[in-house]
Amino acid sequence: MSTISPLPSWTMVWRQTDYWTTVYKRTWKGTAITSFVMPLFYVGAMGVLLGGFIDSGDAQLEGAASYLAFVAPGLVAAHAMQTATGEVTWPVMGMIKWHRTYYGMTATPLAVADVVAAHLMFVVFRVATSCGVFLVVMSFFGVFESVAGVLVAFFVQVLIGMSFAGIFFAYAATLKSEAGFAVIYRLLVMPLFLFSGAFFPVANLSAPLELLAKLTPLWHGVDLTRMLVLDRVDGPLALVHVAYLVVLSAVGWWLAVWRLDKRLEV
Amino acid sequence: MIRATGLRKKYGDLEAVRGIDVEVRPGESFGFLGPNGAGKSSTMRMIAAVSPPSGGELSILGMDPAVDGPSIRARIGVCPQEDTLDNELNVRDNLVVYGRYFGIPKAEVSSRADELLAFVQLTDKAKAKVEDLSGGMKRRLTIARSLVNNPDLLLLDEPTTGLDPQARHLLWDRLFRLKQQGVTLVLTTHYMDEAEQLCDRLVVMDGGLIVAEGSPLSLIQQHSTREVAELRFGVGEHESLATKVEDLAERVEVLPDRLLLYTSDGEATLAKVHERGLDPVAVLVRRSTLEDVFLRLTGRTLVD
Repeated sequence: MSTISPLPSWTMVWRQTDYWTTVYKRTWKGTAITSFVMPLFYVGAMGVLLGGFIDSGDAQLEGAASYLAFVAPGLVAAHAMQTATGEVTWPVMGMIKWHRTYYGMTATPLAVADVVAAHLMFVVFRVATSCGVFLVVMSFFGVFESVAGVLVAFFVQVLIGMSFAGIFFAYAATLKSEAGFAVIYRLLVMPLFLFSGAFFPVANLSAPLELLAKLTPLWHGVDLTRMLVLDRVDGPLALVHVAYLVVLSAVGWWLAVWRLDKRLEV
Repeated sequence: MIRATGLRKKYGDLEAVRGIDVEVRPGESFGFLGPNGAGKSSTMRMIAAVSPPSGGELSILGMDPAVDGPSIRARIGVCPQEDTLDNELNVRDNLVVYGRYFGIPKAEVSSRADELLAFVQLTDKAKAKVEDLSGGMKRRLTIARSLVNNPDLLLLDEPTTGLDPQARHLLWDRLFRLKQQGVTLVLTTHYMDEAEQLCDRLVVMDGGLIVAEGSPLSLIQQHSTREVAELRFGVGEHESLATKVEDLAERVEVLPDRLLLYTSDGEATLAKVHERGLDPVAVLVRRSTLEDVFLRLTGRTLVD
């Protein structure tokens, strides 16, 4: 905490593996349903059952052959956001306030930057496993057009997760009470989930709302994922998406270290 | 081990530590005694290299905490005021996981965990959940955890606050053994009996400043008399009765519930009180303690 450097020592990050392994061992059963089963419920309800009523050509579905093929990449990207968010809201507050775990950790050679990095690596692991499984299962539905695209999309999910993880980590490290989480879930996570192009093309929104939707990180993630798995990559636009998500991830990471450092100092 | 000059800590407008000089030597057991809010915990957090000083100089194990924080923290053990144990891990895993933060290899940390559990008498609780431990057991586990890296310097912030007398004595016994093994102990406390039991040398803190320094015995000799006669009268009578006995003692302190007469011979003083026809509800003759030193130096009691 003496020097605020957002860059961790990877040796120090590695030393926290045992901690995060034990955390995962005791929580994986509780998160298995939301991580692996819920996405399939959405696919079944929205993609297959509701999608059966939707009779649009590829022109209206951004090149997807069916509504299921359109909504699947959107659901994966939204799932990356929700998984990442879930791992840095209550858990971060718990480690500050209820269990004081971070105080114990930073009393050792670990610095705040190391602690944040290890927590974010755990988010990477959670997003990678749950979105990875999601992508594999969806591939059996025959909705993906490109194997290479799906592989790249897998890494894109991690990037989407990180672009939310840093920001929400910083927010959680600033909050005094958990009431603040209801605010971000209701005003940010849910609206993003519904209106960032996962379920319908954002072109269907009125012009101002479409612009607003296109400013959100989830839209960049959804659009990038969709163009990859449907094999309709628009190079320059894809670069904009990647750049947006990378910058947001980096800024969020830095904010997370800064806020946690401030919080633990008092 | 620790050298501080003009050390300060500010939180916004509040100055918790207002310029203190402290030196702790290897192998000694050093205490910060003072009431809540005296600046003890802030000082400890600076010594633990987790809270940067706002002013003054601080050197810990010959290193500067602003530069060598991780290296300093690698060689000290910290037992914080509030437990930071992981409630959902079992007792032994708390030690193993924590040891890994110091980069201790798995096999070594595993045998170290067993030794430490034996040392704090928790071997039969190794598989228990932390949640199910009593307050005293949690404290002992926290102390075991702070020893996992074989520290040269052990920092204990209010180690026995909130524990029952039996648990406190058990803990003091363990700390005393560490001291005999040559571990340098630095502790904060607002219990004068704890300071007397454990500290070779201590400073008395009040309002962010050091008001006295020395061994418990020398502080008592310097700032108090050998004995104290405590007189308890009816409610509200203490103030007025103080004037009737003030010539019988070197000094008289009026507390809401009793009068303290500072004297070299408590029994003799008491006899004279009775000769004057005064009849206290309760009397007690005792040796002076650090509590009296604190009262003398600050005009207030340690524990409100």
